Amino acid sequence: MADGVAGRDKCGEQRLVSLPLSRIRVIMKSSPEVSSINQEALVLTAKATELFVQYLATYSYRHGSGKEKKALTYSDLSNTAEESETFQFLADILPKKILASKYLKMLKEKREDDQEEEKDESDADEAES
Amino acid sequence: MAERPEDLNLPNAVITRIIKEALPDGVNISKEARSAISRAASVFVLYATSCANNFAMKGKRKTLNASDVLSAMEEMEFQRFITPLKEALEAYRREQKGKKEASEQKKKDKDKKTDSEEQDKSRDEDNDEDEERLEEEEQNEEEEVDN
Repeated sequence: MADGVAGRDKCGEQRLVSLPLSRIRVIMKSSPEVSSINQEALVLTAKATELFVQYLATYSYRHGSGKEKKALTYSDLSNTAEESETFQFLADILPKKILASKYLKMLKEKREDDQEEEKDESDADEAES
Repeated sequence: MAERPEDLNLPNAVITRIIKEALPDGVNISKEARSAISRAASVFVLYATSCANNFAMKGKRKTLNASDVLSAMEEMEFQRFITPLKEALEAYRREQKGKKEASEQKKKDKDKKTDSEEQDKSRDEDNDEDEERLEEEEQNEEEEVDN
């Protein structure tokens, strides 16, 4: 391997990372506190992202519901985010889906609660004055 | 710098390929699941970057390096990635060394172009991702000018 004869490194060897490094760099740099990244850190982050995608997919598939149907669905992923501690950081971007009707009901309940609170507050205000 | 929100997305085709390779043959991946994994991957990059940056700061360094990324994986409880990542790092270092030696050899052989290393890099990439590489190199140049 170390004998890097001219042209040797191009013969059929799999590429180290398949994700575009330029894009990974843009994402990394979008973090405001990061000033510079060396090439090795960039390559490693890209590779880690690949491993992460594989792991998230296989983990969700194995623990998911669509195993008999041979399918990976969104709910498998949101389940993973909710249940696995390692994937907890994804909970915000992979929220559990609920029916619109259920959501509207939740909203309505919340509004009623808020109104009651407001009423309580205004009652309290009145009592104070 | 990211100017549009799409700039923070990873290419769907590549993400899909990675998922397909990871799962058994014939598993259907819903479109929603793909885009969800893609978003998750972007968030992963940000999370890893911020963890790695904490390690760099602790070490009073401004530039993130390989060991910062490895420490970040441990902190994020992705210890399982560490061994394959170390292997990838080794392979990357060998590749760089190989390229350097190859271009030095070529220089000796032909003694023609001074910028042969740059050209070799883009020529050695075997397929359609050539363009991306070139783009990246251009971007790097731009960045250097900007900074």
